[in-house]
Amino acid sequence: MRVLQRFYLVEVLSGVALTAAHFFRNMGAHGRRALGQKSARGAVTIQYPEERRPYSPRLRSLHRLVRREDGSPRCVACMMCETVCPAHCIYIVATEHPNPEIEKVPARFDIDIGKCVFCGYCVEACPEDAIRMDTGILEFASYSRRGMIYTQEMLLSLEPAGPDGRPQSPIPIPADRQP
Amino acid sequence: MSALADLGIVFGRVAFAMLFVVNTAALLGWVERKQSAIMQDRIGANRASILGFRVLGLFHPIADAIKMLTKEDFRPARADRVLFALAPFVSVFFGLVAFASIPFGDTLRVAGREVPLQAVTLNVGVLYVFAMLSLGVYGVMMAGWSSANNYALLGGQRAAALMISAEIAIGASIMGVVMVYGSLDLMDIVRGQGALLFGWIPAWGIVTQPLAFVLFVTAGIAATKRIPFDTPEGESEIIGYFVEYSGMKFGMFLMADLVETTVIAGLTTSLFLGGWQVPYLVAEGFRFPWGAALALPHLLVVLLQVGAFVTKVSAMIFFMMLVRWTLPRFRYDQAMRLGWLGLFPLSILNIVLTGLLLLLWGARA
Repeated sequence: MRVLQRFYLVEVLSGVALTAAHFFRNMGAHGRRALGQKSARGAVTIQYPEERRPYSPRLRSLHRLVRREDGSPRCVACMMCETVCPAHCIYIVATEHPNPEIEKVPARFDIDIGKCVFCGYCVEACPEDAIRMDTGILEFASYSRRGMIYTQEMLLSLEPAGPDGRPQSPIPIPADRQP
Repeated sequence: MSALADLGIVFGRVAFAMLFVVNTAALLGWVERKQSAIMQDRIGANRASILGFRVLGLFHPIADAIKMLTKEDFRPARADRVLFALAPFVSVFFGLVAFASIPFGDTLRVAGREVPLQAVTLNVGVLYVFAMLSLGVYGVMMAGWSSANNYALLGGQRAAALMISAEIAIGASIMGVVMVYGSLDLMDIVRGQGALLFGWIPAWGIVTQPLAFVLFVTAGIAATKRIPFDTPEGESEIIGYFVEYSGMKFGMFLMADLVETTVIAGLTTSLFLGGWQVPYLVAEGFRFPWGAALALPHLLVVLLQVGAFVTKVSAMIFFMMLVRWTLPRFRYDQAMRLGWLGLFPLSILNIVLTGLLLLLWGARA
């Protein structure tokens, strides 16, 4: 170390000068913003629940089940997704479809989000393109394990995310949090 | 009636000093969060709201206080009952009373009375503040000792060691100031700083005692036990003397640190930054070295002086916060080396140099 550095005081003051420069620059930006100049930003913070950064279109978020044109689920209960799921979080009960051209339809289609690892294999495996992970919904905290289970009706009600990746449909409220 | 008025004046003086410290300390919790956030390009705590009003997060100290008051007050089974409960109070108490003899304004003349703007007029004010600051460490040591926790004990001992190494530097660096202004009374020291050097430089302590100023501020930051001298706490290694505390008792330790920051800032202001002195402001108004003069009413002068004191203390606190959020923590041995091999010899050198210069220039006092 140089003698000046060993003396420490000069180095401390240069460090303090750096942080003080940040302080006054940011304060200036905050002040200009308060006076109406919206482009001035004194912080890099994104204030999360109100502000969000745009999500990538490739983001794997909460699943949704796609509907046919008549509104019935596109899923044919082939069990491909249930089989491929490494976390065993999909539970399907199949039943007959009223239309004889379609073999089966799920009576129950539950996903336990608490177990899901968001690998996207179910989307890859689906032969009918009936399950997608494009809702943009990432907030599914719950007070109970029961509340992490999303039923067929909830999954069918979801819409794909908008162009900026923000969720279009409201986050479904699981059964244990229904008012 | 006159006795009652005197009592009221004394009460007012004490209340001003007391409320100044308590409120500043409470506000410092907010200042600390916001200042560090702005220094680090963040926004800082801004979510606490009353009826939807957030006011820059100013309600966070209130929210903190409510949180701490309603938390469980836990005491370890083997802790010393009395000392464990007493420690946070001792810590805060000595920090609060230390401010008593720091003057926040010149003598106020009101209704035929002369009121010194200082909670307690003491002719050994410097020694008093110094003594109260040193006593503050007893609370920390008691906390460390009574917690029945090895890490707390380590923290308490580190606090004691740090305090001794810092206090000696504080005491020795103050000696230079005392020699220059020839008094231990803080009010006299501040009055002495109203003189002008060479006719135009205010004779503030920072001008007459630059080395002592650096030493005092360094040792003063160490005395507050905050980063970069937070070895007693050392949250990443031993968590420190208050590891067993919860609720408002823990909050009182935090508050004690902030109170001490205020006291050190007040002391630095009084000793080195001219206290309540406004440059070129005398009792009758402004008198500039180039001959111009501006007469001001007495009340306005006193108001300006109190304002100057508050401004200087705030600036000093800002600087201490700046240091606290810039530097990393000294290792324990580094803090000791800085105290004993750096600050202490330098402050002795400062005393010798000051004495030599005073001898050569003729004693000013």
